[in-house]
Amino acid sequence: MANKMSDLEYLKLNKFQRMLHNLVSFILSIPSRLVKLGKTIWGAIKAFCLAVANEAKDILLTFVHGDWKTKLSFLVMGFGNLARGQILRGLLFLLFEVVFIVYMVLYGGYWIGKLSLTGLTATTTQMVTVETGTNIPGMSSTTTVEQTVYGDNTLQILIYGTLSLAFVLCFLYTWRVNVKQAKLAQEYKQYGRRLKKGSEDMKDLLDRQFYKTVLALPVLGITLFTVMPIVMMIMVAFTNYDYNHTPPQNLFAWVGLDNFNQLFTWGNGSSTFSATFGELLCWTLIWAFFATFTNYFLGMLIAMMINKKGIKFKKMWRGILVLTIAIPQFISLLYVSKMFADNGLINQFLQNHGIIDLLHQWGWLSESYTAIPFWTDPTLAKIMVILINIWIGVPYLMLITTGVLMNIPADLYESARIDGANAFQQYYKITLPYMLFVTGPYLLTSFTGNMNNFNVIYLLTGGAPYTLSNSAGKTDLLITWLYRLTVTNNDYKTAAVIGIMVFVVVACISLVVYNLMPSMKNEEDFQ
Amino acid sequence: MSKKPSSLRRNRIAANTAVYVLLTVMSIVWLVPFFCILMQSFRCESTWMVGYILPQKWGLDNYIYLFTHKVSENNALPDFVQWYLNTLIVALANAVCQTIMVTLMSYGLSRLRFKGRKLLMNAMLVLGMFPGFLSMIILYYILKSLGLTQSGAVPGLILVYAASSGMGYYVFKGFLDTIPKSLDEAARCDGATRFQVLYKVILPLSKPIVIYTVLTAFMAPWADYIFASYIAFGTSSGYNVAVGLYSWLTKDMINNNFTAFCAGGVCIAVPITILFMCLQKYYVEGVTGGAVKG
Repeated sequence: MANKMSDLEYLKLNKFQRMLHNLVSFILSIPSRLVKLGKTIWGAIKAFCLAVANEAKDILLTFVHGDWKTKLSFLVMGFGNLARGQILRGLLFLLFEVVFIVYMVLYGGYWIGKLSLTGLTATTTQMVTVETGTNIPGMSSTTTVEQTVYGDNTLQILIYGTLSLAFVLCFLYTWRVNVKQAKLAQEYKQYGRRLKKGSEDMKDLLDRQFYKTVLALPVLGITLFTVMPIVMMIMVAFTNYDYNHTPPQNLFAWVGLDNFNQLFTWGNGSSTFSATFGELLCWTLIWAFFATFTNYFLGMLIAMMINKKGIKFKKMWRGILVLTIAIPQFISLLYVSKMFADNGLINQFLQNHGIIDLLHQWGWLSESYTAIPFWTDPTLAKIMVILINIWIGVPYLMLITTGVLMNIPADLYESARIDGANAFQQYYKITLPYMLFVTGPYLLTSFTGNMNNFNVIYLLTGGAPYTLSNSAGKTDLLITWLYRLTVTNNDYKTAAVIGIMVFVVVACISLVVYNLMPSMKNEEDFQ
Repeated sequence: MSKKPSSLRRNRIAANTAVYVLLTVMSIVWLVPFFCILMQSFRCESTWMVGYILPQKWGLDNYIYLFTHKVSENNALPDFVQWYLNTLIVALANAVCQTIMVTLMSYGLSRLRFKGRKLLMNAMLVLGMFPGFLSMIILYYILKSLGLTQSGAVPGLILVYAASSGMGYYVFKGFLDTIPKSLDEAARCDGATRFQVLYKVILPLSKPIVIYTVLTAFMAPWADYIFASYIAFGTSSGYNVAVGLYSWLTKDMINNNFTAFCAGGVCIAVPITILFMCLQKYYVEGVTGGAVKG
């Protein structure tokens, strides 16, 4: 099989052999695909290093060839622009430099200096003897008072230190732009070309440079409220920030890779952290698989039923399902969760009508249960979670698939019917391949989305039954476990490690699937 | 000759009947929980969970409870009203801010070409792979230093939602990608700046997707539990409806508040559902388009 076979040979194979051949050649191609991936990454690293080297070279050349104005702008930012009449640009550069220096002297240096997290003092309460005056002159009495002595707060240091470092990077970049601008201005003057005035720069921001105006606000928001916190959390993964080290009373410190070691040490017994992590990872993947594909196929089935020729009230059927999207998930999920609780609607109904007793008699339910343990039996809870997720997710998938199904050219089906294909063959040969091709990327994002599907698990079971170690439950996804570790246990370092591991898993899956997908469409195909 | 069509017809009728039966069963399964919520919200004889659906004694007690009950006398408004207002403010602000952010972001990435565009998009993709609330602890600390937690949770939530909303540009950009570039070029030839192209050409054409964005941005805060509960930690006046109603279902609260929870659910679901049904067309368009382009 390893040898490449000719097309003719391939055509001779029967269906089963062809499938086998495809599968084997797919598996055989994995190493070469991985090598290709590695090469791409290596190439990116190399390109990055080259770019840095080029920048350095360019800065050096600018300094060598620059006149005194350009050279001075290496120290006084914006001088090159100011001296050549570009007042607005020059002033902005200068202002930035002044702000940066003032900030660094007043605050930034202090925070960055403390980032090593050593030699700090924690906040403590001390008993202090205080002299208190008395009514009798010449006499004084003393009392002991509890006094708080404020020390350092490591979390604060981590946050402000990182922000200051980011500011330094920002400054370096601006400095580089400043040098480039000085060089450009000098060259323009040399060749007698006119430099842009401040008012023209402003106009450009609405036209040629419009992307800067448009993207500034969103990108700034994302940087401050998404990127920076994630960077800081990654840093937390390398500290011992947990319940016993909560600043300001108990400071945390860098511990290197200790938290990750914990993840990869397989002790004996199933109570270790790594065992819990492994079990939850497995369940997360199983859950994501079932949650994605049950919804997908059932949604498609229902969409096809509603679309079927001769079915009336299409709008009504669709409307009923869409209605359930409109109702906020937390209401429906919480209600359903209570419906199936031990003393909830379903179980009370079954008890009142003697069905629980019947189940006892038939031996389907152990006598120790007075109700069907929807949420307390691990296996049943897992099945319930998947089933209810179908209830929540199918309407959404029905909408998506309806749209795609209507786009399949009708003449495909017509000719298939003339050739005598039955409904199942039509589905298998036309509908399914088309759907998979068009919604392939969606399936991937939906898979990774389900891995992080917090709401469904948290609102339905909260992760219960909690039979695993490290306060994890049987239906916990990694993400709900992370939440509980953070909120209930204050075990921030572990939460950070799990968060990073979730990222690694999601990134690996996405990378592999992206590389294996037959054709990732070009985004401009539609334009 | 006369037999065959009739048998075909019989088959089709059988198939259609089967489909009707399936669809009816499906509709019942999908609607029963909501029907239950509605019925329980009118139940007056007890406030805990029971084993039957139709109330024995009908009444509006639960709704009155919602609009009058205060945990402590110091609260300015009844708890539920306070939560409802909080959520409504966040939802309205979010609808405005998020729409602006998403529009700007997707216009920039879809229509404008600049250095680092691919890099930016790939960075967003990678960022999206981190679990969203990994950053929760840090954000909480930052917001706390700004005084935007606990009772100040409403502006805090608005700020965080708005700031990170640029990440959700995919659907909008997917729509803009389908608008022919020649339109832009024609406008540019007539001397329009890029700003004018956005304002006068693109925006009027993207009305459906703008409505979709507004609608989803308005609906999202109603369902947010995780972040809202963390930010408003323990302070009832900063809760949104999800956090507040969830607190009614905890072990020691549920027996007094279960039917009130159902009534609260109805109060939230009805306006949103009406709004949603009115704008359903746009929602369907957005969802379908977004999925197809990934």
